[in-house]
Amino acid sequence: MNVLQSNFFELITIIFYCILIFVPLLVGVVLALYADRKIWAAVQKRRGPNVVGPFGLFQVPADGLKFIFKEIILPDSADKTVFLIAPIITLALSIAAWAVIPVQAGVVLANINVGILYIFAISSLGVYGILMAGWASNSKYPFFGALRSAAQMVSYEVSIGFVIVTVLMCVGSLNLSEIVLAQKNIWFFIPLFPMFIVFFISALAETNRPPFDLPEAESELVAGYQTEYSGMPFVLFLFGEYINILLMCAMTTILFLGGWLPPIDVYPLNAIPGFVWFILKVTLVFYMFAMVKAFVPRYRYDQLMRLGWKVFLPLSLLAVVLTSSILFFFKLAPGMS
Amino acid sequence: MSISLITFYLFSAILLLSSLMVISTKNPVHSVLFLILAFLNAAGIFVILHAEFLAMILIIVYVGAVAVLFLFVVMMLDFKTSLEKDNILQYMPIGLLIGLVFIAELVIVLINTRLDLSDIQILSNPLDNFSDQSNTEAIGSILYTNYVLYFQLSGVILLVAMVGSIVLTLRDREGVKRQIVSEQVDRKGKIELVDVKSGEGVDI
Repeated sequence: MNVLQSNFFELITIIFYCILIFVPLLVGVVLALYADRKIWAAVQKRRGPNVVGPFGLFQVPADGLKFIFKEIILPDSADKTVFLIAPIITLALSIAAWAVIPVQAGVVLANINVGILYIFAISSLGVYGILMAGWASNSKYPFFGALRSAAQMVSYEVSIGFVIVTVLMCVGSLNLSEIVLAQKNIWFFIPLFPMFIVFFISALAETNRPPFDLPEAESELVAGYQTEYSGMPFVLFLFGEYINILLMCAMTTILFLGGWLPPIDVYPLNAIPGFVWFILKVTLVFYMFAMVKAFVPRYRYDQLMRLGWKVFLPLSLLAVVLTSSILFFFKLAPGMS
Repeated sequence: MSISLITFYLFSAILLLSSLMVISTKNPVHSVLFLILAFLNAAGIFVILHAEFLAMILIIVYVGAVAVLFLFVVMMLDFKTSLEKDNILQYMPIGLLIGLVFIAELVIVLINTRLDLSDIQILSNPLDNFSDQSNTEAIGSILYTNYVLYFQLSGVILLVAMVGSIVLTLRDREGVKRQIVSEQVDRKGKIELVDVKSGEGVDI
């Protein structure tokens, strides 16, 4: 018991920090859902949600409330434990990854040495929620959705890994804060522009966003792996998915858009606190995510696989070789000068 | 009792229990899921040992890639029919034999090594000159300088395995129409514009 008493204060602070991450994240998800629908509507010259609350802002909380009070239907032939664990895993993993995201200089819950590897590991675990959901539903469409999703996420993780390697070679550290600080002179999306594009598209595929939303392609698979879910577990999936999307936006920001750094380091710009820049950049990336959803038609599955394995993988491998050669030849690599 | 000791007992207890469940559950998919839980807890123990790089690599490689494909295959199996036929006693002798061999090996190793405190010091921190680096840097600088040959060799072995599996599974079936994207995009000479007079038609 002594241990618990001596570490009680530390425990309380960590829990407080966790709430400090979780609450803004939930607000962010609600706003992201709203923005997603509004942008989609605007592209199609519709109005989108505009009834509940001012500008329809309360539409998402209202939907959430509705889902909470809905009955949780457990399919008779489902593997019930796995069926209920799957959405919890999806949500928990997507939140866990945020523990290492630095929103400002020094403002991060866990400033670990291998931050980028941690995020990569957690996001590679994300596939389990979907696979378990699809298998435990014990029904055709969810199973197909889960298989598609697993294959898709595993394929695009490979190219994401190589893109991260190119960035890491320019930084010389796996720590996320140091990755941001290394972009003090130039944001990486300028020298590594092709990799920025590859990362952005792979992020779309990794989060099952349109045009790569084949796991939940409604014209073929009803709702993919979520077909049998209702009520609270469905909300957990939805929130997990959107937190993952925001995570990918944050990753793009940190790896390529200079994290919390202002565009130019001059007076009125660098007086604005870093987290404002961070949120602005995440919003910008999310806006691009939403626009892509609005105007790109869905890929066919074989084209998706071709893009991942035959286009992005060789391209990112080439980029790894090229970047390392250039860094070595011009003695630009960190610690070489 | 320190926090790290408590977490160590927690991780190792879950690790042992879940590895026991891997071999005792009837459902193969549950077995794989427990295996994944075991991997995760092993990664947790690595973190307690301050080997955070190994922990992350364990999760990325084993949990994120190998176990996913494993689960993929197991899920496709029709195990409902094979469940009843399985008899635990059938596999008991060989399992016991393997277990005995492992225990015997462990005992032999433990008898022949006498651990004192300085050995433990060396074992837990074998690289004195790397103590100021993070272990990612330490592994990198050792692996790519002193042991680069072994590293490359293991890469070659993996490459051979990959090529081998592709060669074994690749087959050209006749009558399969393949899409060649470059041909599809390059439409020169494939499209002909014809003026059709109304009421007549055209020969193609």
